[in-house]
Amino acid sequence: MVRLTINGIEVEVEKGSTVIEAAEKLGIKIPTLCHHKSLEPYGACRVCLVELETPRGSKIEASCVYPAQEGLVVKTDTERVLKTRRMMVELLLARCPDAVALKQLASSLGLEDTRFPKKNEDCILCGLCARVCQERMGVGAVTFLNRGADRKISTPYDKHSPICMACGACQVVCPVDVVDLSKVTLREPRPILADYDAGLAPRSSIYVPFPQAIPKVATIDPHTCMHLLNDVCRSCENFCDAGAIDFDQEDQTEEIDVGAVILAPGFEQFNPELKKEFGYGRYPNVISSLQFERILSASGPYVGKVLRPSDLKHPNRIAWIQCVGSREVDRNYCSSVCCMYATKEAVIAKEHEPDLECTIFYIDMRAYGKGFDAYYNRAKELGVRYVRCSPSSIKEVAENNNLKITYQGEDGERVTEEFDMVVLSTGLGPPQDAHDLVRMYGIDLNQHGFAATQGLAPVETSRPGVYVCGPFAGPKDIPETVMEASASASKAMALLAEARGSLIRGKEYPPEKDVTGQEPRIGVFVCHCGKNIGGVADVPSVVEYARTLPDVVYAEDNLYTCSTDTQEGIKQMIAEHDLNRVVVASCSPRTHEPLFRNTCREAGLNEYLFEMANIRDQCTWVHMREPEKATQKSKDLLRMAVAKARTLEPLHKSSLKVNNAALVIGGGMAGMTAALNLADQGFQVHLVEKEEELGGNFRHIHSLLNGGNPQQTLTQTIERIEFHPRITVYVGSTLSEVEGSVGNFTSTISRNGTQKRVGHGVAIVATGATEYEPTEYLYGEHPRVLTQVTLEEWISSNRVELQELKSVVMIQCVGSRDEERPYCSRVCCSQAVKNALALKKLRPDMAVTVLYRDIRTYGLYEQYYREARERGVRFIRYEEDRKPRVSSSDGGLRVSTLDPVLNATVHIDCDMVVLAAAIVPRGDTEEVSKLFKVALNQDRYFLEAHMKLRPVDFATDGVFMCGLAHCPKSVEESIAQADAAAARAATLLSKDEIALEATISEVVDENCDGCAYCIDPCPYNALSLIEYMYEGSIKKGIERDAALCKGCGVCQATCPKKGIYIRSFRLEQLSAMVDAALEVA
Amino acid sequence: MANEELEPIIIAFCCNWCSYAGADLAGVSRVQYPTNLRIIRVMCSGMVHPNLVIDALTKGADGVLILGCHPGDCHYLEGNLRAEGRKEAIELMLEDFGVEPERFRLEWVSASEGPRFAEVVREMTETVRELGPSPYKA
Repeated sequence: MVRLTINGIEVEVEKGSTVIEAAEKLGIKIPTLCHHKSLEPYGACRVCLVELETPRGSKIEASCVYPAQEGLVVKTDTERVLKTRRMMVELLLARCPDAVALKQLASSLGLEDTRFPKKNEDCILCGLCARVCQERMGVGAVTFLNRGADRKISTPYDKHSPICMACGACQVVCPVDVVDLSKVTLREPRPILADYDAGLAPRSSIYVPFPQAIPKVATIDPHTCMHLLNDVCRSCENFCDAGAIDFDQEDQTEEIDVGAVILAPGFEQFNPELKKEFGYGRYPNVISSLQFERILSASGPYVGKVLRPSDLKHPNRIAWIQCVGSREVDRNYCSSVCCMYATKEAVIAKEHEPDLECTIFYIDMRAYGKGFDAYYNRAKELGVRYVRCSPSSIKEVAENNNLKITYQGEDGERVTEEFDMVVLSTGLGPPQDAHDLVRMYGIDLNQHGFAATQGLAPVETSRPGVYVCGPFAGPKDIPETVMEASASASKAMALLAEARGSLIRGKEYPPEKDVTGQEPRIGVFVCHCGKNIGGVADVPSVVEYARTLPDVVYAEDNLYTCSTDTQEGIKQMIAEHDLNRVVVASCSPRTHEPLFRNTCREAGLNEYLFEMANIRDQCTWVHMREPEKATQKSKDLLRMAVAKARTLEPLHKSSLKVNNAALVIGGGMAGMTAALNLADQGFQVHLVEKEEELGGNFRHIHSLLNGGNPQQTLTQTIERIEFHPRITVYVGSTLSEVEGSVGNFTSTISRNGTQKRVGHGVAIVATGATEYEPTEYLYGEHPRVLTQVTLEEWISSNRVELQELKSVVMIQCVGSRDEERPYCSRVCCSQAVKNALALKKLRPDMAVTVLYRDIRTYGLYEQYYREARERGVRFIRYEEDRKPRVSSSDGGLRVSTLDPVLNATVHIDCDMVVLAAAIVPRGDTEEVSKLFKVALNQDRYFLEAHMKLRPVDFATDGVFMCGLAHCPKSVEESIAQADAAAARAATLLSKDEIALEATISEVVDENCDGCAYCIDPCPYNALSLIEYMYEGSIKKGIERDAALCKGCGVCQATCPKKGIYIRSFRLEQLSAMVDAALEVA
Repeated sequence: MANEELEPIIIAFCCNWCSYAGADLAGVSRVQYPTNLRIIRVMCSGMVHPNLVIDALTKGADGVLILGCHPGDCHYLEGNLRAEGRKEAIELMLEDFGVEPERFRLEWVSASEGPRFAEVVREMTETVRELGPSPYKA
């Protein structure tokens, strides 16, 4: 090591380093054009001049080639240095007066122009391109040619190089941006396209796969890394301050013994190139839906701007084409999600660009999910145009890369329309490695190549102990995927119940130091985050400043405060300086607070004695061009954090004993499934059913499209329930009272006036739904107008009436998708198809006509819709505002409807009309909602905590839902959701106690006068008014239930007397931060 | 008249679940905005007592923002609506204290709205620059 002094500061560097490297270590910037970290020192541009003090006076040298020597005294900013540097830049500027980088450098040195005659060259002869090509790529395709005034960079003989790989390294390093690769090689440079950006943007060979990647570390792509391919380059090593590059890492094989396997490999997007007629891959402005998804994203290739790839201009008209790679003979299924994602993409695109014209070409609009139809209607109101037609091809307009689509308009005429961009709504297919999984796990695939499952066992593969979830078992949306994920977990948990918890190792912490009564002793750790913070803000000066703040007894800076060795360092400093508060100034507490809290805890400090200042995400990253202000703001943010740290108090999470029993309300298929699953996992279950027998709606299901025997399954399920030692069934019973909260509920079950109180830790609401009783289409007036459910009963019991039927008309959406119930009942289309097929089987010559608005046989049901058409079932569409009419004369029935394709009214005489009656919430839904204080949505279905990510949780902890009470769904989906609810419930039931959040409200009895202002606003009903004896008289006050309070702080902001506060967010603490913010440093 | 020289101090109470994350996202996306903002993280916009806003503005802050979740998105069901409910009271008090009402703003910014976060900050900085320094500035 050698020690030298730069601008009066001493620095130690390794022998062999250069002066510029030593300066960089101190954070002193020396301008340069030809220096590159991963290349040998060269000294071409002479901009990096510094003044060296020697015994024989001072001299000017290029710092990038001058070796750092013991005792060397360097000055980088003397008048002599600046003058000489200006001269060098003037000379360069004379050579290349138009180079942007040079002009910027000149102006930063106070130069406006050069005094020398201008040569108007473009290359500054820094040699970076030639050096990187030779030194790092080992190629040497470009090099210096000629001498003296004729010196230039080119290929030998100025001819296209046969050895150039078109890697583009020369272009990347060129400081003046003048490398023209087409002059170097005939090879076309091929950018490495980022998977995450669906091929719309390039990435480098070493990259972080996507911003939210876990772990968020860079990976090297072995297929493109020049070092791994050709043993050259290694440039990344020179730039990684953390020294984390390891080229020798290899794949490792680990063997793990497991009792169950869950397969969740996802899906493969259909490759739209296979559809030649749409020109994907040939026409730049025809893109896939996934690509458009990336275009809309703020982190996407166009930073969230709606642009088209050919010219990066705003498109005015975008078309979506639905069902690309779905609903075909080869792919005889519906991809389930495309209708809604196309609608979403159109809506968001219009939010970005309100004048954008969005057109969606579709066959049937399959908005079958919860809230989907409402969203679809909103899209239409926003001006998204829906055209019911599937275009057969796209033609590009050569001059402007626009796209022409020809389709059949509403009146049947052919229309050709031009669009600026077309999005193909590509379908979901089985994952590429499906066959490997089959081989490895011995499971079966279905005819489409998805994992084969049985209708009534939606997450079970053909092999016991191997479960499946998500689109590997067929296309599905996020909520169903999340439900199946939990469902497969609960199946595995039931299978492995005996082994539960046996592999868990607890973490040991040292005893906590008692800091009560101690003056704050604050340690401050300021992170450089590599260059992320340190490259903008002056971190050493922030540390200096920290030392001046009250109660700060220690401060240091770290290259990466989050690194493992820094954690050890922090622990050491806590011990050495007896710190009782820790402040880290780095990134966001949202990502890193848990890590540092854990470090505090490991050092014996209470984890709540920690505070963070976010000087990266909220400072240096957003003020990259204002280093001085960013430094000042970093100091301010740190001062605010220290101000809060001084007020921090140790907090402890309280815990609550959990009652390990569950209450399931509703004895239909969903409730029974959840109860059995939990009981199989080893928990006690109380199952309450208001009717005298179990089974619910499932009693009316006699067949399934995908096989299976529902009634046999029902009998077996009821038998298992009744004989299960851990399930207590309460039939003919209702819930009359619920007290308590997560972990400890007490509910009252009433039957014929007698009451029983049971304790339970969780509750599952599976109260189901019921069939709408139609008032239209002569229902209830004519004996041959029935609902689909009744028809199914008739078919299963082989009623004689069916033998005489010649013509049957089915009417869809009876009571669904109208003003009163603006939602889709989801199952009726498949049910109609199922019953139509059954009728056709009974009598192939029977005329069966289905009057529909959109056929919504989503997912794998689609194949049965095709089969029904093939078997001669007629499907005639009707429009919402022109509903069919049913009339009767002489006992017969006649249905009249306007066929929009023929644009004529069709009359069908028939012997039976079957109505697809809506699914509607039960009458007692509100009572259950009040008992558990859980919310309903506008359609009176129970409202989940999050539509997509928490589809079985209520916002209220410890209460879950499944089945039709959540929204209309098929019995398979109800079963999956029931198992999911059981999985979520088991996360609580499997614990002996649950830790409660420590940062919750606290009542200050001295200040509280019991005015009760805070009680109503509390969204969790966690506060109640109490009366107690105080100094001989009755005093009113507030009591807080720690199990219910979530720490939102509405109470704190409501209280006029500082009678209640949120721990760690007390008014005084927030005030201290405000005061600190207003202090001027 | 816009005061280009003025470097106002704007305090923002940001909800941990939405706007604080939105501010982080602005950072991750490198969206640049003026340096005048000082963020105080709170768990919910509904936690911010009106007195905090009044105190800040009467102690010399040039502007105060409360940034919460969009209606319907509140992590705590309806804390953001409580914050909105207090807005009028805050504005009335500011009138009493002789503080221009534009110095206080309540906005909804979600965790995914990095650019919007920056936009709100830019607008607020602009507004406060036009108003000039706080009447309470020492």
